[in-house]
Amino acid sequence: MLRIIKQKISSRGLSAPVIGGYTHRLSPVASTIRHFSSAIKEMLVRDALNSALDEEMAADSSVFIMGEEVGEYQGAYKITKGLLDKYGPERVVDTPITEAGFTGIGVGAAYHGLKPVIEFMTFNFSMQAMDHIINSAAKSNYMSAGQINVPIVFRGPNGAAAGVSSQHSQCYGAWFGTVPGLKVLVPYSSEDARGLLKAAIRDPDPVVFLENELLYGESFPVSAEVLDSSFCLPIGKAKIERKGKDITITAYSKMVGYALKAAEILEKDGINAEVINLRSIRPLDRATINASVRKTNRLVTVEEGFPQHGVGAEICATVVEDSFEYLDAPVERIAGADVPTPYAANLERFAFPQIEDIVRAAKRACYRSVSTAATA
Amino acid sequence: MASFCLTKSRSFIIQTLKSNKTSTNRTSYIHNNVSSSPLPVSEHAYYSHKNVSIVFNHSFKSIYVSRRLHSTTSVDELPAEAPLQQVLDFPGGKVKFTPKLTFASGATKERVHCYRVLDDNGQMLTDSDSLGINKELAVKLYTNMLTLEVMDTIFYEAQRQGRISFYATTTGEEAINIASAAALNNNDFVFPQYREPGVLLWRGFSLQEFAHQLFGNKYDYGKGRQMPIHYGSKKLNYITVASTVATQIPHAVGAAYSLKMEKQDSCSITYFGDGGTSEGDFHGAMNFAAVMEVPVIFFCRNNGWAISTPVDQQFRSDGVAVKGKAYGVPSIRVDGNDALAIYNAVSEARKMAITEQTPVLIEALTYRAGHHTTSDDSTRYRPVEEIQRWRDDQNPVKRFRKWIESKGWWTDEAESQHYSSIRKQLAQAIQVAERIEKPPVADMFNDVYDVPPKNLTAQEALLRKTVKKHVQDFPSDVPL
Repeated sequence: MLRIIKQKISSRGLSAPVIGGYTHRLSPVASTIRHFSSAIKEMLVRDALNSALDEEMAADSSVFIMGEEVGEYQGAYKITKGLLDKYGPERVVDTPITEAGFTGIGVGAAYHGLKPVIEFMTFNFSMQAMDHIINSAAKSNYMSAGQINVPIVFRGPNGAAAGVSSQHSQCYGAWFGTVPGLKVLVPYSSEDARGLLKAAIRDPDPVVFLENELLYGESFPVSAEVLDSSFCLPIGKAKIERKGKDITITAYSKMVGYALKAAEILEKDGINAEVINLRSIRPLDRATINASVRKTNRLVTVEEGFPQHGVGAEICATVVEDSFEYLDAPVERIAGADVPTPYAANLERFAFPQIEDIVRAAKRACYRSVSTAATA
Repeated sequence: MASFCLTKSRSFIIQTLKSNKTSTNRTSYIHNNVSSSPLPVSEHAYYSHKNVSIVFNHSFKSIYVSRRLHSTTSVDELPAEAPLQQVLDFPGGKVKFTPKLTFASGATKERVHCYRVLDDNGQMLTDSDSLGINKELAVKLYTNMLTLEVMDTIFYEAQRQGRISFYATTTGEEAINIASAAALNNNDFVFPQYREPGVLLWRGFSLQEFAHQLFGNKYDYGKGRQMPIHYGSKKLNYITVASTVATQIPHAVGAAYSLKMEKQDSCSITYFGDGGTSEGDFHGAMNFAAVMEVPVIFFCRNNGWAISTPVDQQFRSDGVAVKGKAYGVPSIRVDGNDALAIYNAVSEARKMAITEQTPVLIEALTYRAGHHTTSDDSTRYRPVEEIQRWRDDQNPVKRFRKWIESKGWWTDEAESQHYSSIRKQLAQAIQVAERIEKPPVADMFNDVYDVPPKNLTAQEALLRKTVKKHVQDFPSDVPL
């Protein structure tokens, strides 16, 4: 099985650099495998996360989970279901309501050598703990000159759900993505969820793991290799979800699904789109993005977060720095509306990118015949 | 999430619940007052009281059975035929009713008493219970306090002379620094604020090592990344000082949790000032530590001032000691200028923390006799006479000196000898540290992550190339 996978990697020409930098085991990169054998089963993202946590906790007794409602309630979104019964309250800790408190405590436990997985009910609440994430976790290894490392994972749903309004809908990818010392991961599929969460827990640096509430209930095919308990994905490597030659579309988290659907629509119009699932906002896989743009010459970035200083802005700057001569059209970024998220269903729909927005942007990049006004 | 401990009358409660026709998903009996055994016991109790919409949600292993959560009324006090209306069977324990409408005053009638062993003149109080300390320990305590005092003076002067950029003294708090450190073991984890270099000194950090950090040279354990006084030593179990106030408090609780899980025979201790107790982190940490039952000592140096904010502008409670009660944490108030009192209190607190797996709060009353830092001139917001009074009358070093001299363990000659020796060592340390090279450029890019990512190695390569290409634009003494 592993040999087949290795062959497939080379045959797909994944010569894009650095698979190795962030793996902790020499398990092969399974990221591009989509062979459909009888071994394929479907797995919900929720179950993917749960199984990843379960396996890592079984493998390493210093891993423990802390957060609100993670134990008795089985997790606010049931991601930690069954873990309290299996590992006990010492390792699945229900906390009082104090994000600052339990994040600080988690960091302190990590200073002393445990491996906490801190759950935020939503990353919107992580703002109450921001100081500990940035000043106590991200910067500690540097400030202590390597004496204190912080093998901690902060995870939870990020970005918009449905009808939860401004204080439950913000995307924090850009916020955490600016901080040196953090790693920021954004899984999309169940394979991403399993592989990246395992990698995050094993990583000695602090990792921010941005999930998505609406993806929890989505199911994806997973190969036997993904289901293996040693499965792990490299941190810092994007995945090309769909190969194409006319335009590159980058996306992360839920927007990957939208981008793939947009690509299907574009295919009917003769535009062959390449969709990149970023998987990692920090470190950003500049090499893969640039290689793709050099091939297609056009780029549209998609994200749910606010437009100013967003992930798309960074990708655009990256491409201008490294591949300017290859661009045949200006880079366009699709992002959420520059407003706190409204509640009413119609307004909420306007506040976030829809599949049609991606399609229209791609067409603009390809034909340049449609005006680039924001409402186009 | 409500968690509670049923007191002795569990049969009474079950009877009550049954009589109200409750249905329970799972019933099990909770062991009351179980002393914490090391092995977890798998037990859950989930009561659902249908008529009243209170859900008792509760998960216990033996380590979480709280022996310290007692109801306000011990059930034994109630007459056997007490009608049900006299008490409310509430989560957390029984609560007695009263028909009297009275508010408990926010102010306390009498302030919490302050534990001391030596009086102002360094004489042992006759009715004090004191752990006997021998000559060797007493002399070590004193010499360290004196060293700390001199170190502060010399480094402060060095800043004034422009040789280092910044410094903060511990003047007036030497007893807190040294005596608390002396009462701990070397494997107790220390989470300092920034006015506790004496703990490092006690554990063996040398004057030269202090100087290296202050000058940010290549021998600085912090690799020149931090401002002066942000010392840290993994070897001595002293977490690197951070500038953020009170963030170390929940860290200490987390480390204590780790010690508890590993069943170590040590505790963690965290220091903070009166000002630090206003931060949200203090409250979250105290509350959490009590719930988690972890071996941590919360040591508050109440020195009267948070930069220019006096304590009566910081809080309106009776200092910090009373806050222990609010969170269910045992607490004590201690004379912060009495080295022996601090030594005793911390020794006892450590024992309690480890054997009973409980947090302990110590409030040491003292005075910040120096300025907040070299960026501050405290005479602008407090009377010089007040500062002088504390320096003269309440100086902890002088007070302890009087005591050890009265025991015949110290002399004037020993004093002047030690004093000049330390001064010489410090002058030497500064001279040496000043001349040593600064950290190399590589130290700018490593330790951001465990393994440097590609973008960072690329940035470093670009920087080196740029420096080489434009030599004239960069200082010549920057080691590459």
